[in-house]
Amino acid sequence: MTPATTTGLAPRAVGTPHVRLEGRDKVTGAARYAADFPADGLAHGWIVTSTVARGRIASVDDLPALKMPGVLAVLHHGNAPRLKEDFAGTFGPDATTQILQHDRVPHAGWPVACVVAETPEQAREAAETLVVTYDTEPHDVDFRPGHPAAYTPDASPAGPGRAEKGDVEAELAASDVVVDAHYSTPELYHNAMEPHAAMAYWDDGRLEVVDTTQGAYATAQDLAQLFGLDPASVHLRSEHVGGGFGSKAQVRAHLILAVMATNLLGRPVRIALTRPQMFSLIGHRSRTAQRVRLGAGTDGRLRALEHTALSATSTLREFVEPSAAYGRTMYDANGHRTVNNVLPLDVPTPTYMRAPGEAPGSFAMECALDELAERCGLDPIALRARNEPSVGPVSGLPYAGHRLLDCFAEGARRFGWAERDPRPGVRRDGRWLIGTGTAAASFFTGVFPVTAAVTANADGTFTVRITAADIGTGARTALTQLAVEALDVEPSRVRLLIADSDFGNAWLAGGSMGTRSWGWAIQLAARELRERLALGAAVPADGLTVRSDTEQAVRALAAAERHAYGAQFAEVAVDPGTGEIRVRRMLGIFAAGRIVNPLTARSQLTGGMIWGLSAALHEEGIRDAASGALVNADLAGYHYAAHADVPAIEADWLDDPDPDDPVGIKGIGEIGAVGSAAAVANAVWHATGVRHRDLPIRPDRVLIPEQERAGHS
Amino acid sequence: MTASTSSVITLHVNGEPRTLTVDHRTTLLDALREHLGLTGTKKGCDHGQCGACTVLLDGRRAVACLQLAVAAEGRAVTTIEGVAEDGRLHPVQEAFLELDGYQCGYCTPGQICSALAVLDEHAAGWPSAATADVRPEAGPPALTDDEIRERMSGNLCRCSAYPAIVRAVAQAAKAVSA
Amino acid sequence: MREFRYERAADMAGALTLLAAEPGARPLGGGTNLVDLMKNGIERPALLVDLRDLPLGRIEPTADGGLRIGATVTNSDLAAHPDVRRRYPALAQAVLAGASGQLRNMATVGGNLLQRTRCGYFTDAAAPCNKRSPGSGCAALTGEHRNHAVLGASPHCVAVHPSDMAVALAAFDAVVVYETLDGPGELPLAEFYRPVDSNPQLETALPPGALITGVVLPPAPVAAASRYRKVRERASYAFAIGSLAAALDIRDGIVHDVRLAFGAVASRPWRARQAERALTGGPADAAAFAAAADAELAAARPLPHNGYKLPLMRNLAVSVLTELAEEAAR
Repeated sequence: MTPATTTGLAPRAVGTPHVRLEGRDKVTGAARYAADFPADGLAHGWIVTSTVARGRIASVDDLPALKMPGVLAVLHHGNAPRLKEDFAGTFGPDATTQILQHDRVPHAGWPVACVVAETPEQAREAAETLVVTYDTEPHDVDFRPGHPAAYTPDASPAGPGRAEKGDVEAELAASDVVVDAHYSTPELYHNAMEPHAAMAYWDDGRLEVVDTTQGAYATAQDLAQLFGLDPASVHLRSEHVGGGFGSKAQVRAHLILAVMATNLLGRPVRIALTRPQMFSLIGHRSRTAQRVRLGAGTDGRLRALEHTALSATSTLREFVEPSAAYGRTMYDANGHRTVNNVLPLDVPTPTYMRAPGEAPGSFAMECALDELAERCGLDPIALRARNEPSVGPVSGLPYAGHRLLDCFAEGARRFGWAERDPRPGVRRDGRWLIGTGTAAASFFTGVFPVTAAVTANADGTFTVRITAADIGTGARTALTQLAVEALDVEPSRVRLLIADSDFGNAWLAGGSMGTRSWGWAIQLAARELRERLALGAAVPADGLTVRSDTEQAVRALAAAERHAYGAQFAEVAVDPGTGEIRVRRMLGIFAAGRIVNPLTARSQLTGGMIWGLSAALHEEGIRDAASGALVNADLAGYHYAAHADVPAIEADWLDDPDPDDPVGIKGIGEIGAVGSAAAVANAVWHATGVRHRDLPIRPDRVLIPEQERAGHS
Repeated sequence: MTASTSSVITLHVNGEPRTLTVDHRTTLLDALREHLGLTGTKKGCDHGQCGACTVLLDGRRAVACLQLAVAAEGRAVTTIEGVAEDGRLHPVQEAFLELDGYQCGYCTPGQICSALAVLDEHAAGWPSAATADVRPEAGPPALTDDEIRERMSGNLCRCSAYPAIVRAVAQAAKAVSA
Repeated sequence: MREFRYERAADMAGALTLLAAEPGARPLGGGTNLVDLMKNGIERPALLVDLRDLPLGRIEPTADGGLRIGATVTNSDLAAHPDVRRRYPALAQAVLAGASGQLRNMATVGGNLLQRTRCGYFTDAAAPCNKRSPGSGCAALTGEHRNHAVLGASPHCVAVHPSDMAVALAAFDAVVVYETLDGPGELPLAEFYRPVDSNPQLETALPPGALITGVVLPPAPVAAASRYRKVRERASYAFAIGSLAAALDIRDGIVHDVRLAFGAVASRPWRARQAERALTGGPADAAAFAAAADAELAAARPLPHNGYKLPLMRNLAVSVLTELAEEAAR
């Protein structure tokens, strides 16, 4: 049961719903995002991007632009200040930071110049008229399995490129039922509502930056390294961030160019990306081509599991979308092989996007399991119950909380799954065929060592400082709840400050690790402060501060398979005459650790589920083979779910305690987006009897299924 | 910028006349944000494809990014900063706050301005694409969840707070008509 | 966007004079398409002539029982007007299916008719496009053309017209009325949009310097039983991949009058006259509807990736006409 929402925090704050602390600012327009800060003498930059996909810049004719009204500077590779060439930041070596450092064009939409002018209108016009010529080279954007340049990388942050045990081929040969299916997912774009923007200026010997970032500390550190500055001289803030989803974790062109320009001009400079630029400068989720082979007995018990995934990366940096890693902790089989291959192409560099690997990987695996259930004549939930592993299939580690089947049981009860007729294509409502589908979800529970500071002020109040970011997750409110609980004081006495690089190292809002990592550090510092005060420590005039660093605590955590789990359910209506699909309802039941703020947690989980709906039915970046550029790089061309696509969606959770885990919080930012696309696709099969293995399931694909198209391989 | 490519205009913003000189290229959105310091109105796409910059223009909702400021001369503009009265939140704002009708908050000013207009348009009897029978004889459509969804569809929310936004608009509709 | 002059026309003569004096002038209605294209560098006018003060904002009945809709009537006001909703419900539905509430409040009838295609190659100044840059080629022919034309296209351009409103207007024999410095003129909608041929940059038959003043809908009793249905890649706020305006008058089980127009299949709203001819005087059943749609689509020349539009339009026609027939029988 969810207790009634209260507007003030209660001392036993954790686990009760609270409206966002910054909510009033958000509904009145007072909340300021990166592009909202004024500055005296502010100049405006406008980025010019390449119109070719590969080659060399032959010339940049900057003289006409420099003569245009208001134009202050035209930066390009011939005149831009040098950056650290072998930059290696938070995410390792990264050649995408080498903006205007060379004449090479690695993909369409690469920055080739930046015009700075007195007004944005002047900068835009000068940028538009700037003539850049290229020596073009043939480009390759041809993403396909079997491409000779594809390879298996040694490892990605999600683990090794290849993991294998047993003899997959022998187990497949001995299986009664074999599913062998190919799945594909398209290029996907984060498209946070707030375009990336940064303002930079020097003040009293410090570089002051307002950026939109998921991690102010990491971004400040990386920026300092890139420009060869003392890290202490960079002060970066990101008080409110208009969504990130993985796209605001790195130093990007807008920030680099704003700093270059302010260094050059000696006045504040702001640069905001245009929406189309967000399709080439901030990363995306690569296309994937996936093959799943499952072998099982007639009882549905898996003997063989093979998942091979291919994703693209750029020629600048290896980024692997680890789709095949999903099965490594979810399903066991005697023959078990999972491989993530990657293919460098002349495309922008992909990056982390909400549930990297898990989102496309769960689509393929959870659809393949649905196909297996059909072939075995088993209910899809029963099939999963039959294949619940007792230890990590690849790691052999015990599970720290594993309530997947409980999620299915509760979800099935609430969704009315027991009444489901398994036959596909037999339910009609007017022109609509109706079907239901389900899928599992899981997302790993990680944690990063971070620092926090809690201060007892002389006036009896407390101030918490941590370089957390609230990108819409509700972290500001949740962390305050955790601080109130740990300090055991009246909520009105606690003030939490975030998103300021001066507060120290604190990881990013990412990997579903933010609130878990930050909360842990706040808990440590607050408890120690409370103990000191209880022992009679005096509070000096400038306050008594306790700093924490969770490095040791995080290292002491026993090794285990730590994941959040979920069961996703969807009901869809399909008009076979027009190919339209409408999702009628969705339900997600999750086991995701301790839920700090049920109000915002529910929003985050349903938001993730809608990402799955949107990926299943709408989203797709379409790359033009001839130009190598996207042809739908705006929000009219790149469709994601709008209000009318989204029905009543319910998310709820089970208690999911982990007594060995001192903080008990698991992330909830990503798990909603895992399995949800598969649940929708499985429901489309149940409605129509046709398997759709290529996303998005567009009307044209419903009208003429891919397998019926000429030339389909 | 020469005289013939800029103009002095007066906008009536949140009830106050504001006179400013604008480059003709300046949109109402940029005029509000860069000239008048009203940054509550957000730029999400700058092409009328997301709704983040929704304001009320002479009482009707419009995307400020496609409205040239010079062409708004003399018109009344209500931005998110003008929605609450004397610090008292409008029922639509109250409902968004209480029901968590947002996450990152960036689309929120546009969603709220749009919702205000949805309530007015519905009260005026306007049909929508979700209205089964648009003929006047059929009477005004009830403001069902499906009607709210269709009418709010010009406001994208990438965090996908849609279900809570629909609940908030429905609650506000009840509060306003009560 | 280059710097431009701005003038608010005081009256029709003033507007026409301003437009005639400056070849780089564009009339400004709601601006929802023009300003968008100016930001992309696709349109670079030297002068904008704002039409807001012109007396073109009214919807009035005509003497013969039709409607005259002023050019600066907003999409919202058009769709909300009781006479439109009562006598031409498919027109109200078509307008409501387009864009968003915000955009419909801004966009005008004249601007809607003149809006440019949403082909991704047209709106990308770096791409080849014969419509934008004559002679540069058509990237869509061999590129992305899932939502391009299957009817009436040419090897020079396969873009589709994005308007929903114009599809309903085409079904109801609307006439576009305009003014020039030499006097008024009119063009039936069927002649308003030029065939694509080898000059896709020439989109309408409006004389140079002409200003659309409105649209006249002739009386059409059949339109009282009409419907617009739009299929798109999300449920709202997206352009059509196929749409249909239909009106049906059945008497004694026989089709007495029928109107059918297709959207998102051609460079202009596509009046399905072959289908109408096939149906008129015959039975009103699913088989007849399908045969009629097939008759219209016999001329279709799909590209490799837009062949789905044929079953889509056929099924849409059968579905919507069947609904209208069933409602007539009640």
